[in-house]
Amino acid sequence: MTAMLNIKDLRAYYGQVQALHGLEFGLNEGSLTTLLGANGAGKTTTLRAICNMVRSTGSIEFDGASLNGRSTENIVRLGIAHVPQGRGTFTTMTVEENLQLGAITRKDKAGVVSDIERMYDHFPVLKERHTQQAGTLSGGEQQMLAVARALMLRPRLMLLDEPSFGLAPLIVRDLFKILGKINREDKVTILVVEQNAQLALELADKAYVIETGRIVMSGSAAEIANNEDVRKSYLGY
Amino acid sequence: MELFINQVLAGVATGAIYACMALAVVMIYQAIDHLNFAQGEMAMFSTFIAWQLMQWGVPYWWAFLLTLVFSFAGGIAIERALFKPLAKAPVLTNVAGFIALFAIVNSVAGLTWDFTIKQFPTPFGSSPFLGSQLISTHQAGMIGVTVGLLILLYLFFQFTRIGLAMRAAASLPESARLVGINTSWMIALGWGMASAIGAIAGILIAPVVFLEPNMMGGVLIYGFAAAVLGGLTSPLGAVVGGFLVGVFENLAGTYIPGVGNELKLPIALALIITVLVLKPAGLFGRPIVKRV
Repeated sequence: MTAMLNIKDLRAYYGQVQALHGLEFGLNEGSLTTLLGANGAGKTTTLRAICNMVRSTGSIEFDGASLNGRSTENIVRLGIAHVPQGRGTFTTMTVEENLQLGAITRKDKAGVVSDIERMYDHFPVLKERHTQQAGTLSGGEQQMLAVARALMLRPRLMLLDEPSFGLAPLIVRDLFKILGKINREDKVTILVVEQNAQLALELADKAYVIETGRIVMSGSAAEIANNEDVRKSYLGY
Repeated sequence: MELFINQVLAGVATGAIYACMALAVVMIYQAIDHLNFAQGEMAMFSTFIAWQLMQWGVPYWWAFLLTLVFSFAGGIAIERALFKPLAKAPVLTNVAGFIALFAIVNSVAGLTWDFTIKQFPTPFGSSPFLGSQLISTHQAGMIGVTVGLLILLYLFFQFTRIGLAMRAAASLPESARLVGINTSWMIALGWGMASAIGAIAGILIAPVVFLEPNMMGGVLIYGFAAAVLGGLTSPLGAVVGGFLVGVFENLAGTYIPGVGNELKLPIALALIITVLVLKPAGLFGRPIVKRV
């Protein structure tokens, strides 16, 4: 199987500071992959580099086409949805407007309308609150909204940056269940960056571990979960 | 009592113009976080274009429409040529850019049309409105056109895709890019619209203040006062602020002894300072909180 997303020798910089040092990895179509690592290892930077939101060199290919030099909005239009850290909710707009914004690049009006209904099926709480300002939602609800907004693009690849951050454990479980469902039923390839390694490894089928800007381990989620080093460093037992 | 009502209505009429200018300023402020000091000069230039077209025999409303198209395109051109390259530049560089724009537009207008004041026609006439001595037909027209414009803008921003995209780009540029919005062009579009709104303000006020290159100086200061009063982050606030400043200006000029016509402008400045000291976010604005 050829990889849908192929990253080679990726180096990223914040000013003079280099955050990624020649990262290499790939994602297969339809996979659900997790990228694990400690604070500051370069997880967020990796996602930002894919969407050209940070200065980087190296090669990033999506479906065989290079993403280098493309603007963020053009990369998104290829079908790569990015749920950023902090969720990026349009807090002054209503829940429904947030969903419409997710589909702003789509031309099929009827499809957008039916997709909004589909999101309300996935996340019933959003339907209850659809006229409410998004900023008044709880953290968990905002995260649901962020995922729903990303799905409104009908993405082929979805990047999620620490979706569990700041959420109660039960809500995280719900959210991860939905992500699994989206991956299986809608055939969306998912890359999720997580600090909550245990949950992420339960969800994912493949995992990478990143340390100071380099991939140091890769394998199936089960292999990684059973690796002693990973258990000690990230799972705490 | 009649004097009072008369002054209030006249205030609402000029307030409509301040509302337009404030709205134009707020639209650009929301998009790029800078105050466009040249907003008034751009409006003045547009008004000259309308005047020139009429001199060439174009009927009023056609000249009006063509001027709007010209101003829209001009606003976009200015953003692309001057302020897009300055997007990541420090505040002072941008301020210098605005001052340069101000000086250039002002001088070019003076060079082309000279500095003598010119009469500007009104399509509404200046007879008493509906037989009432309280307000003239031109003042009623100013209010009518502005209210119509505001309704159109509201519908545009609330119910069209591109309006939604523009709001998203102004409120959270990074998130907007992540849903595929070309934020750079949204900013350009904002400039075009602000420029066209300014043109409407200029054309409507020109019969009152007469046409000359410095005609918008005072108007823009009232517009700034209106935007600050309503809150620089709130288009609705800018509009309400515009009407309030218009009424306040007129009442102060009439009832506060010693103010009269000459000292009206300092009142606008006093208002700006008072609001900035007492309620910096304005009546409708969100306080800006930054994590440090």
